[in-house]
Amino acid sequence: MTLLLSAWTIGLILSLLALGVYISYRVFKFADITADGSITFGAAVAASMLTRGMHPVIACVAAFFAGCVAGLCTGVLHTRFKINQLLSGILVMTALYSINLHVMGQSNLPLLSVTTITTYAQNLGRWMAGHDSATLLGWPVSARDFGSLILIAAVVVVIAFIAWLFFNTNLGSAMRASGDNEQMIRALGVSVENMIVLGLCISNGLVAFAGALLAQYQGFADVQMGIGMIVWGLASVIIGRALIGSDSVGAALIGTILGSVLFRLIIAVALRWGLNPNDLKLVTAIFVFGALVLPMMMQKARRHAAAS
Amino acid sequence: MLQLRDLQKTFFAGTPNEVRALRGVSLDIEEGSFVTVIGTNGSGKSTLLNAVAGTFIVDRGAINISDKDVTRWPEHRRASMVGRVFQNPFSGTAPTMTVAENLALAARRGLSRGLGRLLPARGLNELRDRVATLNMQLETRMHNPIGTLSGGQRQALTLLMATWRRPDLLLLDEHTAALDPKSADQIVRLTEEIVSKNRLTTLMVTHSMQQAATLGDRIVMMNHGSVLADYAGAQRRHVRAEDLVRRFDEIRRDEQLDAAAAEMLRDAYV
Repeated sequence: MTLLLSAWTIGLILSLLALGVYISYRVFKFADITADGSITFGAAVAASMLTRGMHPVIACVAAFFAGCVAGLCTGVLHTRFKINQLLSGILVMTALYSINLHVMGQSNLPLLSVTTITTYAQNLGRWMAGHDSATLLGWPVSARDFGSLILIAAVVVVIAFIAWLFFNTNLGSAMRASGDNEQMIRALGVSVENMIVLGLCISNGLVAFAGALLAQYQGFADVQMGIGMIVWGLASVIIGRALIGSDSVGAALIGTILGSVLFRLIIAVALRWGLNPNDLKLVTAIFVFGALVLPMMMQKARRHAAAS
Repeated sequence: MLQLRDLQKTFFAGTPNEVRALRGVSLDIEEGSFVTVIGTNGSGKSTLLNAVAGTFIVDRGAINISDKDVTRWPEHRRASMVGRVFQNPFSGTAPTMTVAENLALAARRGLSRGLGRLLPARGLNELRDRVATLNMQLETRMHNPIGTLSGGQRQALTLLMATWRRPDLLLLDEHTAALDPKSADQIVRLTEEIVSKNRLTTLMVTHSMQQAATLGDRIVMMNHGSVLADYAGAQRRHVRAEDLVRRFDEIRRDEQLDAAAAEMLRDAYV
């Protein structure tokens, strides 16, 4: 049960990463690999602030803005200096590796002895359950795990709701249209370049925020923790698209969150059944490959069937 | 209203593929006039329209719209004054967004876009009323993704969107060329209606001599990146489609003659 609970929690935390990837990949068709760096950046910024005794909420907000700056850099590299999308992301991601080491001062920063979001989560769990352990559907779980899940779920719901509101404003709709039809929205007076920069800012802000929460939940920030995270986000977004086959904003946001949680659950079960943790990223990459290629092959097969 | 001074544009300059698309085009268009631009393929007529819209910045020359020098303005900034309809009916609308969303985006052409709601509950009725004026029953499909509509329907909506806020200048780039004949007729009628009702200054590129002869009050004929003929006023009223076709045939013959003459000279002297 603890395993399942933690899979849910991590799935929800990473759904914020997935929401970020949704903005770059689904809205702008921009495979923004900056995410690998900015999730660590968020974790590093939050962790170093927490070890200096700052409030966890302030640390999370700071992580969000740190991510925004990373996204801003990628956006400016791409739009103002005309550097290829992927390369802009790679440059910023690489630069962030050094920056993260500087921010943390070491390659791994433990957070077990400081006050973090999970401290609040534990208090919340204790308050809800009445004592240190609770029973969920007959299974005993610790107040910390239980509280974390509730707290993170609430955070995700609030952020997804804000994202939904944003994408229905004049600005947010112009952003969606920039990804949907550049020529059209330009003719309606919107600078697509500015939209891409703003979109990447928000996207990486969310990713870094996810990093800050992840570091606090797992109790440490590590300079390697971002490797392959973009692929994780892509997997979530793709699963989300398959779960809810609609292009409306609300459906896409919900789908992305569900996709992230579902993917984490699948991984948890696979690990439980004996998947070697070292193979995790390989499996993820193969999964995303399959998800990208299968629809195309199915279409071809269908056309073939229709022709014969 | 619109002044073009000696516009020049060369694509792929300095390469074997160099194309001198505009070779010094000057044109003055008065407020409220409806100008059709015709020309053979590669004559530079669409390039001219794109130069005005700001798709690229011209190499030389000046563009004034409503007494503002917009020569160096980027495309999105010119959009505050210019409404556009493209040749491809899919270019003017965002396919995954709904009809209502597309219209609401167009309703803020050239205005700042902040955190106000795109579709306030009250606004929807206004959108629906104006869509109803198209007489295409699209007002019942306001919440469908616009990508589910036909090319003709999308082009009609694009036209409505381009003129939602009255543009100083309306640019139409062969906007019926990719449609079936019936839809094309419908769009032509709609264009006439909207332009005359709002007294829009319009620049329309077309490949159809018939359209050029029936629409608008001035015809500009282009060839090889420059203006070849300009029919306005009384002269324009006497132009028929056949005259335009004949004129093009003459050009073609002249060019063939040029080539043939060059060949002959080469044979004789080189």
